[in-house]
Amino acid sequence: METGTDRVKRGLALNLKGGVIMDVVNADQAKIAEEAGAVAVMALERVPADIRKDGGVARMSDPNMIDEIQAAVTVPVMAKCRIGHFAEAAVLQALGVDYVDESEVLTPADEEHHIDKWAFTTPFVCGARNLGEALRRIGEGAAMIRTKGEAGTGNVVEAVRHMRTITNEMHAVSSMGDEQLMSAARDMGAPHEIVKEVAETGTLPVVNFAAGGIATPADAALMMGLGVDGVFVGSGIFKSSDPDGYARAIVEATTFWNEPEVVGKVSRGLGTAMPGIEMESLKDSERLASRGW
Amino acid sequence: MSRIGVLALQGDVREHVNILESLDADALEVKKPDELLEIDALILPGGESTTIAKMAVRFGLIEPIRSVIDEGLPVYGTCAGMILLASTISDSDQPVIGALDVVVRRNAYGRQNESFEAPLDVEGLDSPFPGVFIRAPWVEKVGADVEVLAAIDDHPVMVRQGRTLATSFHPELTDDGRIHEMLLELI
Repeated sequence: METGTDRVKRGLALNLKGGVIMDVVNADQAKIAEEAGAVAVMALERVPADIRKDGGVARMSDPNMIDEIQAAVTVPVMAKCRIGHFAEAAVLQALGVDYVDESEVLTPADEEHHIDKWAFTTPFVCGARNLGEALRRIGEGAAMIRTKGEAGTGNVVEAVRHMRTITNEMHAVSSMGDEQLMSAARDMGAPHEIVKEVAETGTLPVVNFAAGGIATPADAALMMGLGVDGVFVGSGIFKSSDPDGYARAIVEATTFWNEPEVVGKVSRGLGTAMPGIEMESLKDSERLASRGW
Repeated sequence: MSRIGVLALQGDVREHVNILESLDADALEVKKPDELLEIDALILPGGESTTIAKMAVRFGLIEPIRSVIDEGLPVYGTCAGMILLASTISDSDQPVIGALDVVVRRNAYGRQNESFEAPLDVEGLDSPFPGVFIRAPWVEKVGADVEVLAAIDDHPVMVRQGRTLATSFHPELTDDGRIHEMLLELI
């Protein structure tokens, strides 16, 4: 029996496809998420909207809180560590979380390096704004990718931008001759081997979810229509006026994203979505997506 | 050409479709009850069993699936699919189709860190099958009509009852189509 293989790490993400992963900060929220049909929960101390509001250094969650969430639900439990903080990641692995998110939503611990994710049995998911960033993370061992979007804004525009960028760059790479791939790899700062793989298959070698700004069922359907494999919802559930209703509606809209009647039906009478933030009102230093290298 | 439905509420649907197409079968993603009438066999994919079960209930698929299986439609469940087919799930009251007379234990091997690959001896195959187990269930008890086709230690991981086949592992995450061929042979 062999544990921690690429196939089982990437395989769990393949099993999460078509599903919604929800941010939760306690066991009660985790139960609401599971009851609504979430495929997994992301345990964190504060949802991104609160991290944004409160400021200060955002870190890995208290292990007690992760234990309580693991005890409360049977779906996979993910948790976030800071970029480059391999010691937090090691703690999360020891706690038995099912996926580690090396996340720009927390305050980075290393401004040059990400974690060597090959060294872990627990699989990692990482954010990306473009193909080069996605392939660097995969080169470091990430078994799943998500768009960064702009977490805690309730504004889907950045997630759309990141997904469209990744798709366009994959199309460009797929149409290149072999002799062009090395300079393409150099230009985007990505491993040549993986660039070649993308050129051959026309797709990323790992699952890619949308994250960062998804706040409504229609947002989830939009991202699915742009070709993501599933959706992370952070503040969108528990900062809305009706967390149960939003959670359930976003799950249903993700499965039936290409059936507008269903998306419309589940969107009826949901109440107020989380308050959103216009991108122009954010200072550069407030943009979480620019964290990561 | 046989047409195989893959329940497409959530999970590794695409991987099943790919392996079916590699075996020259026609694959149809199934999300609605009436699509069950257009197929020669059904696959319940790997995924999160609680999610798939809830969605199947909300969108009225449990009864229709049970009824096509009762009428003899060959069906194959992998991992979450096995859990959906089981008549009893230990430690859970989540809704089930119940076409397979077994008791299954969810996440029986543990969490993701305990997910593993192991070669498996499968009855009817002349060389080991690459078993991929991801937060996998195992079978704790089988009814009189259930054949065990593969086991690890004392726990069955592949079973068949009439035209219903189930594995706690994921052949769709390999490039080995032999177990999908066993489904096609049940048509």
